[in-house]
Amino acid sequence: MKTKRLADPYLVWMAIFTIVPLGIVVYFAFTDSATGAFTFKNIVNIGNYIPIFVKSIWLALVSSIICMVIGYPVAYYIAGRSHKAQRFLYMLIMLPMCISFLLRTMAWVALLDDTGIINGFVTAMGLKALPLIRTNGAVVLGMVYNYLPYMIMPLYTVIMKIDPRLVEAAQDLGCSNTQVFRRVVFPLSVPGIISGFTMVFVPAVSTFYISQKLGSSGTTLIGDVIESQFKTAYNPNLGAALSLVLMVLVFICIGIMNRFSDDEEVATV
Amino acid sequence: MRTFNKVFTILVLVFLYIPMIVLAVASFNNGTDPAVWQGFTLTNYGELFRDGVLLPLLANSFIVAVISSLLATALGTMAALGIHAMGPRMKRTVMGVTNIPLTNPEIVTGVSLALLFAFVGTLLKVSNVLGFVTLLIAHITFNLPYVILSVTPKLSQMDPDLREAALDLGCTPAQAFFKVVIHEIMPGIVSGALMSFTMSLDDFVISYFVYGPNFVTLPVEIYNYTKKPLQPKIYALFTLLFLAILLVMVLMNLLEAKDDRQQSVARRAFGGLRKERAEE
Repeated sequence: MKTKRLADPYLVWMAIFTIVPLGIVVYFAFTDSATGAFTFKNIVNIGNYIPIFVKSIWLALVSSIICMVIGYPVAYYIAGRSHKAQRFLYMLIMLPMCISFLLRTMAWVALLDDTGIINGFVTAMGLKALPLIRTNGAVVLGMVYNYLPYMIMPLYTVIMKIDPRLVEAAQDLGCSNTQVFRRVVFPLSVPGIISGFTMVFVPAVSTFYISQKLGSSGTTLIGDVIESQFKTAYNPNLGAALSLVLMVLVFICIGIMNRFSDDEEVATV
Repeated sequence: MRTFNKVFTILVLVFLYIPMIVLAVASFNNGTDPAVWQGFTLTNYGELFRDGVLLPLLANSFIVAVISSLLATALGTMAALGIHAMGPRMKRTVMGVTNIPLTNPEIVTGVSLALLFAFVGTLLKVSNVLGFVTLLIAHITFNLPYVILSVTPKLSQMDPDLREAALDLGCTPAQAFFKVVIHEIMPGIVSGALMSFTMSLDDFVISYFVYGPNFVTLPVEIYNYTKKPLQPKIYALFTLLFLAILLVMVLMNLLEAKDDRQQSVARRAFGGLRKERAEE
């Protein structure tokens, strides 16, 4: 079969620009920045960053759960509309994703700032300005805002594909609407939930912009630390070690989430 | 329940679009703080076109997005054809590798490529290896999986008899591809190309680690800008970009609608054919 060989350039490309770079990350993580000798120093140093890892995972987890709770009813509603309306609503959900997330986050800064738009309304009503920005809540809001479409997309795809005859069958067999949802629709949409969860969690846990703009020094996340190791502190070896741990963490999380789902293919979409 | 979901969906859409409205309004604001309205003006738009700082950066973003999405589409479509012809085991391995850039945090992809380029730089004894080429390579790398994931399903949906019929009628494999197969998988190729174009145009995280000072793209510059007080002409540029993207989205929507219609027509025709055969 000669057709197979068409993939060769791609395989070579992926080997050089995906596999080899990950190998270099591992190499840097285990070498000394000054001498280039093998060392566990960087990995041991990661111990100092455990609270930051925990905080990143915690905030990303909270954001993913909020995204799921908000995204599910939206996906469910869209999937129940006519074909044309579905396409239009889907486009409306996707459209904000095409605009630089840096600028959208800046807009939230303008909204949440101490002298921002929301506090403008609050003080106009004669109330005291609320402490909105530079809080954990603001960082979570930024994550939910930026990654919510990633949750809605897979949920919508999965719910849309549920065979309406299954719902009818459940109704015929005497299920109430709540029971139909709990016993038929929800279990069938689990692969979508898992896929959406992964798609929100991975970028949220590794973000470095949202936390800088909407958070404070207390909300430094692991992405911020990695970025500073490469851009300001210039310790690529420590940065590589942190990236390696982050990558392993993400793959473990994905592995755990895929355990909940029987359908491997949907979870990797 | 239905009304609740409807109201809820509308609220979520409002939530998604509030920052857009803030930015669009700020582009007409006669002041630098988007939180304080100081009167309507168009000077931000005028300045955007006059000062010649942001537009060349937008052009840079476009150049990278066009070249990287075209190359990724060509390479990715070839790869999808190859993967489609592979055995199930090989296919699973290759798709696993394809998924790496998709599941890996972007910052890790960016860092790993930055380290690779630095490594190559020291090998070649070049002090400043980062620039247009490294940016292009990075963009092609993260675009490839999107192309493959949109072309592969179209290949599996395609009736394999069509290609064989073309071969039986005397086409060479290359002719069969360009006369038959490519038309069947075109919607996948187009959506893969458009997806990688938009991903590339808007990419910040990966670009941030592999760009060089000689070739800066718009998102990277916006990041560098946002460390200082923002200039309102950025809002003006954003508003124009929003309109452009809206146009592309509507176009994509129409293309998909056309594709759907063609498919349903084809399905009906095939359905009729199958029925006839069954009746015989």
